[in-house]
Amino acid sequence: MASGLRCRYGANEAVRGIDLEIASGEIFALLGPNGAGKTSTIEILEGLRTRSDGDVRVLGVDPDRGDAHWRSRIGVVLQASQPEPELSVAECVSLYAGYYPRPRDVDETLALVGLGGLAARRCERLSGGERRRLDVALALIGDPELVFLDEPTTGFDPAARRAAWELFLGLRELGKTVLLTTHYMEEAECVADRIAVLSRGAIVASGTPQSLGARESMDVEISFTLPAGITLEELPASLAASTPNRDRMVRVRAEDPVSPLFSLTRWAIERDVALADLEVRRPSLEDVYLELTAAAEARA
Amino acid sequence: MRMLAHQTRYELLTFVRNRQGPFFTVALPVIFLVIFVGVFGNNRVGPEHVKASTYYVPGIAALAILSAAFANLAISITAQRELGILKRRRATPVSASVLVAARALSALAIGVVVMAVVIAIGSLAYGVHLNSSALPAVALAAVIGSLAFACLGYALSTAISAADAAQPVVLATTLPLYFISGVFIPSVRLPSFLAHVAEVFPVQHLVVAIRAGLAPGAHASSVAWGDLGVIAAWGAVGLALALARFSWEPRAATT
Repeated sequence: MASGLRCRYGANEAVRGIDLEIASGEIFALLGPNGAGKTSTIEILEGLRTRSDGDVRVLGVDPDRGDAHWRSRIGVVLQASQPEPELSVAECVSLYAGYYPRPRDVDETLALVGLGGLAARRCERLSGGERRRLDVALALIGDPELVFLDEPTTGFDPAARRAAWELFLGLRELGKTVLLTTHYMEEAECVADRIAVLSRGAIVASGTPQSLGARESMDVEISFTLPAGITLEELPASLAASTPNRDRMVRVRAEDPVSPLFSLTRWAIERDVALADLEVRRPSLEDVYLELTAAAEARA
Repeated sequence: MRMLAHQTRYELLTFVRNRQGPFFTVALPVIFLVIFVGVFGNNRVGPEHVKASTYYVPGIAALAILSAAFANLAISITAQRELGILKRRRATPVSASVLVAARALSALAIGVVVMAVVIAIGSLAYGVHLNSSALPAVALAAVIGSLAFACLGYALSTAISAADAAQPVVLATTLPLYFISGVFIPSVRLPSFLAHVAEVFPVQHLVVAIRAGLAPGAHASSVAWGDLGVIAAWGAVGLALALARFSWEPRAATT
């Protein structure tokens, strides 16, 4: 889709050489903190911004040369745009339907995004979440092959965010290809087939939510609070090497957690001590993400 | 063509629904007409001793055109730009020329309707003599005036950086011209240097062009070509400025 993509604003290079390949029918997330270059990247792909360098093909066409036919094949949710305040929801969608050669049915599209009951409401009286749903309806009304969603859930409460994820996952069933930007790890993890982590205008990691940053092969961490009155030396030998922190929290890393976990729990049962806060976890996507972006910051 | 009609229809719907547009553009010219005629109605104006009631009708008709094509257009385009609506529409297959032309056409339609209402009130209530053979001259002035002021409205919107600033900027550009161009005060009462200043700007020429078609004894050839030429030249300057500076992106952009 893109190779060597660059975007410069004066002396500030917002996008510093990005290579992306997005397959048809996949949901791809560009994950990164604010100012990482997500919006610059997506707007170049949408044909709304001119790149300073690199080769880009979206649906086989250079977005800078995208004509009306090309634009009828993409759907766009901008990071910040308001629907027409004076029009009702149905009127707004009908207005946009008129722009496309083969639009979807207006009522059906409103039902799809969960605005079926609000068709007659004025756009200016919608809540933030409802507005974003309308933005998605406007992006879908032309029945596009490819949908761009630029930070579609920023500012949502958790319930509205979950509902939006359901909606995005539904796009896959419609056969749409989706490029989504977000700064929520959870969102990328829940919705995307593949993720690229963007930091300071460059991709620092990419992969599936499971494999990102070699997460599959990372050590598993066992953690628990050292029971009162028990010193480290009394623990089974395989665990004694670790040092507890101030809250007496012991953390043990292991490639295979089964054996140390067994010796720990057997020891606890034999000595009849409780293991408060016992937890076994693989590093979360959030841990990986924070590590990756912090490393990129440090290099810059 | 179908797309132009579609877009124009929704532009008009948007205008009718707006809170301020219909008041400033439709009601205010009618209120001005009633007030000015009420206060000065019995006076005689100028060397021809026209009754003030008939004098004010073409001036307020010109104000109606400016309100729709210049003031309302500049304010609404700035607001739509800052809300991201213009940028959002750019990401659809609709062409820029359709969007721009539809907004100008809707301004033309609104201006012509309000002007017709003002002239009808003038004819029915204030004894303005309408000569049917001269009406095409009035219509021509309305069309050229609307399109030229729409171009100037687009040009002005490029100079306004925030939606809040649109209303004051529009007032600052139109109000002084209304006062010196024979809309609120008959031109003959102005000191001569102000009258010369007014001649440079297009508002007075629009008033004169409309008055030519509404004057007693007006006929089919009462077209003020010279005045229409000045208006068209201003329109061309506005168009050039708008083409050079127009932006689909919000000015107060985040990131």
